[in-house]
Amino acid sequence: MFLFYELAVIPMYLLIGIWGTGPREYSAMKLTLMLMGGSALIMVGLLGIYFHSAAPGGIFTFNFVEISKYQIPIEAQRFFFPFLFVGFGVLGALFPFHTWSPDGHASAPTAVSMLHAGVLMKLGGYGCFRVAMFLLPEAAHEMAWIFIILTSISVVYGAFSAVVQKDLKYINAYSSVSHCGLVLFAILMMNQTALNGAIIQMISHGIMTALFFALIGMIYGRTHTRLINEMGGLMKVMPFLGVCYVIAGLASLGLPGFSGFVAEMTIFVGAFQHPDLFHRVVTITACTSIVITAVYILRVVGTLLLGPIKNDHYLELTDAKWHERLSVGVLIFAIAAIGIAPLWLSNMITDGLHPIINKLGLVSMNLLGFNF
Amino acid sequence: MSFEQFAMMRQELFLIVVSLLLLIAELSYSTAQKHKVINFSLVMMGLVTIAGFFPTPTGTLFGGMYQSSSLTQLMKGILNIGTFVVLLQSAKYLKRDEMKDKISEFILLLIFTLIGMSFMISSGNFLMFYIGLELATLPLAALAAFEKYKEKSAEAGIKYVLISALSSGILLWGLSMIYGTTGSLYFKDIAANYSNAPLQALAFIFFFAGMAFKISLVPFHLWTADVYEGAPINVTSYLSVISKGAAAFIFVIILYTVFSPIVLMWKDIIYVVAILTMTLGNLFAIRQKNLKRFMAFSSISQAGFILLGIIGGSVLGMTTVIYFILVYIFSNLGVFGVISAVSNATGKENIDDYDGMYRTNPKLCWVMTLSLFSLAGIPPLAGFFGKFFLFSAAAQQGLYILVFISVLNTIISLYYYLLIIKAMFINHNVSPIAWFKNDFITRLGLLICVAGIVIIGFSGQVFDYIQNISEFWYSISIF
Repeated sequence: MFLFYELAVIPMYLLIGIWGTGPREYSAMKLTLMLMGGSALIMVGLLGIYFHSAAPGGIFTFNFVEISKYQIPIEAQRFFFPFLFVGFGVLGALFPFHTWSPDGHASAPTAVSMLHAGVLMKLGGYGCFRVAMFLLPEAAHEMAWIFIILTSISVVYGAFSAVVQKDLKYINAYSSVSHCGLVLFAILMMNQTALNGAIIQMISHGIMTALFFALIGMIYGRTHTRLINEMGGLMKVMPFLGVCYVIAGLASLGLPGFSGFVAEMTIFVGAFQHPDLFHRVVTITACTSIVITAVYILRVVGTLLLGPIKNDHYLELTDAKWHERLSVGVLIFAIAAIGIAPLWLSNMITDGLHPIINKLGLVSMNLLGFNF
Repeated sequence: MSFEQFAMMRQELFLIVVSLLLLIAELSYSTAQKHKVINFSLVMMGLVTIAGFFPTPTGTLFGGMYQSSSLTQLMKGILNIGTFVVLLQSAKYLKRDEMKDKISEFILLLIFTLIGMSFMISSGNFLMFYIGLELATLPLAALAAFEKYKEKSAEAGIKYVLISALSSGILLWGLSMIYGTTGSLYFKDIAANYSNAPLQALAFIFFFAGMAFKISLVPFHLWTADVYEGAPINVTSYLSVISKGAAAFIFVIILYTVFSPIVLMWKDIIYVVAILTMTLGNLFAIRQKNLKRFMAFSSISQAGFILLGIIGGSVLGMTTVIYFILVYIFSNLGVFGVISAVSNATGKENIDDYDGMYRTNPKLCWVMTLSLFSLAGIPPLAGFFGKFFLFSAAAQQGLYILVFISVLNTIISLYYYLLIIKAMFINHNVSPIAWFKNDFITRLGLLICVAGIVIIGFSGQVFDYIQNISEFWYSISIF
C-alpha cells in the first residue's frame, strides 16, 4: 500500500511542472515535497506498527488483517498514531498541512486537478481510517479530540479562504480543502453513521470537484482568464455550461436532491450523536461551513454567469461541444443518482465498514468500562 | 599450495593475470591501435565478473590472514559488476586523442585498486587490511590526477594523497594501539582479548576516523567535493561507488567481528555521525551547480544512510547495507553514465547546461530520471527498497527518531534531485545540448544500470540471497 501511495505523488511533479499554468514549478515542487513529507511520517508509523505487530520475538507482519487481531501495546500506539494520522492527513487536507493544495490545484492542468482533487485526496482519508484508526484504535480514541479541532478548523478556514479568492481555481481548491477536511472530521467521530457519511462524502465530493474543475477548464479554455472580476454574463453566451455550473454549485453547497446533501446530512447527524458538549460544539461549528460555502458559491455564480457581459469578445464564445456535454452530463447524473437514491450506495458502504466499526466499537466499550 | 588454496584467492589471482596480460597487450599494440586495448580489457573484466559468480571454496589462508567465505565472494562480485560498468563508461573517454598514450595506465590503475580492495575485504588480520587499503588508495590518487596538466585534476590528486596519507596514518596509530593492548593483529584474537581499556576506546576512534575518510562521513568529508570535481568523470564515478562500497563492506565486517564487545559505544557514535552526515550532505548539495560536486555531496549523504544499517550490529543491518550498496552502485553509475556521456560529447558539466535536454536527447533524460529517482528512494525502483530496508533495520533497534530524521533527509534529497529533472524536462533553453549518438559500449553500460535499478527492486530473490549469506556468515563468525 505504501509503495503505491508514494508512487502516486511523483508523476504529479512532472504533470504539473510541464503542462501546468501559472507558477507551476513552484507549485509542483511544493506539492511534491509536502506530500513526500507526509509519506515520511507514514513510513515511520508503518515501521513502528510492523515491529510491534507481534510479541517481541514473534513473527512480525505487514498484513492488515493479522495486525488488527493483535493488540498493539498502548504506549506504541500513542507514539505512532500522530505520525500516521498527520502523514495521511497531509494528503487529506488536515489543517496546518494543507498549504500544498491551493497552489497545486490552481497550477495544474484541468485533467490533473480533476484527478488529484477528486481521487488522490481521498487516499488521505482512506489511509487515516484504514491504517491509523483501524490498527491503532485505542490511541485514536484518546487523541481524537486534537485532530477533531484541527479538522474543524480546516473545514471552516477552508471555506472562509474560498470566500476571498479571485481566481476560480483557487476557490475550488479551498473548497476541496474544506470538504476533504469534512471527511476527516467525520472519520474521527467513530460511529457508524458518521463513518458512512464520510465515505459518501468522499465519493460525492470526488465527483463534484471533478465536475467543477472540468467546468472551470472549459470556461478557461474559452475566455483565457480565471479571474472572476473579468468575466460576467456567461449564461447568455454559454447557456449549457452556465446551467451545469449552477447545478454543480448548488450540489456543492448541499442542496437536497444531490449527493452533497446526503453526505453532509449523514455526517452531521452522526457527529451530533455524541452526547458530550465538546462534540456538539464542534459539530455546530462545522455546520456553519454550509453557510459560508453558500456565500462563495453563490458569489461566483452571480458574478460569473449572471450580470452584464464585461468583455465584448465573449459574445463570440461557443457553448459546450458534444464531448464536453457528455462528460459533464455523466458527472451530474452521478451526483443526482446518489442524491436521490442513496440507499444502494449506503448499503454497500455499511457492509464494507463492518470490521472497522466492530473494532472501534469494541474498543470504545472497553474504554467506557464495559466488560465482555 | 594446493589447488584449493589457489582457488580461494581466485578473484585476486584472476585480476593479477588480467593486469599482466594488459601489460603485454600494451607492448604489442602500436599507438594507432591502442583503443583495441580497451576492448580487450572490457572482455577480460567481463570474464572476471562472470567468474565471480561461481562458488569459491571457503576457508583461511596464510595462517588466518586471508579469509574467504560466501560473504566476501558476494561483496567482491558486487564490486566486480561496478568496476565492469565503470570500464564500460570510460571507454568513450579513453578513446579521445589526448588519452591515446595513457589508456593502459588508466585501466591498469583501476585494476590495481580493485585488487587492493579485494584483499582488503578478505582480510583476517589488520596488517593485511592495511596493505589492501593502501593498495586501494594510492592508484586512485594517481587516477584522480590523471589529467595532470589541468589545474583541477592535479589539485584533486594532491588533496587525495595528502588527506589519505593523514587518515591512513591515524588509522595505523589506532591499529598499533590495539596491537599494544591485545597483543595480536588477528581479528579473532583481538575480539577474544578485548579488555575495554581506555586506550582501546581511543584506538577505535582512530580506526573510525581512518575509515570515515574513505566512506566520506561527516567530519572527514571535506576532501570529497574537491576531489570529485577535479578528477576525470569516470574516476569520480569509481571513487563514489566502488571505493566507498568496498570501504563500507570492510567497515561492517570489522565492526561486527573485532569491535563487537563495545557495540554500545559505537552505536552512539554512529547515531550522531549518521545524522550529521545525511543532513550536511543534503544541505550542501542544494546549492551546487557543477554536477560532479553535486554528486559528491549526494554521495556523502547516501553514505550517511549506509550507517543506518550498521547501527545495531544486527544481521538484518548487514544484509540491508550490502543490498543498499548493490542498489546504490547501479543508481549512481546510471547518473554518472549520463554525465560522462554528455561530458564526452560536449564537455558540459553544469546543471544549467542540461536545461531542456528532453527535447534533444530523450532517452538519456529517461536514464538520468530513473537513476535520480532510484537515488531519492522513489518506488517502485530499487532505491526505494534499499532505503526502506535500511530504515527497517534501524527501526528494529527501536531508533524511531533516527528513522524520522532520515526520512526527512530523503525528502530534502528529493528536492535537489528534482532540480536536475526540472532542468531537463521543464526549463526552456534556446540552445539545449544537441543530439549525439552514443556508441554501443556506452549504451551497454547505461542499459546495465537501468536494468539493475528496475529489476533488483522487484526481485525478492536478491534480498533473500543476500540475507542467507549474511545470516550464515553471522552465525559462524561472531565470537
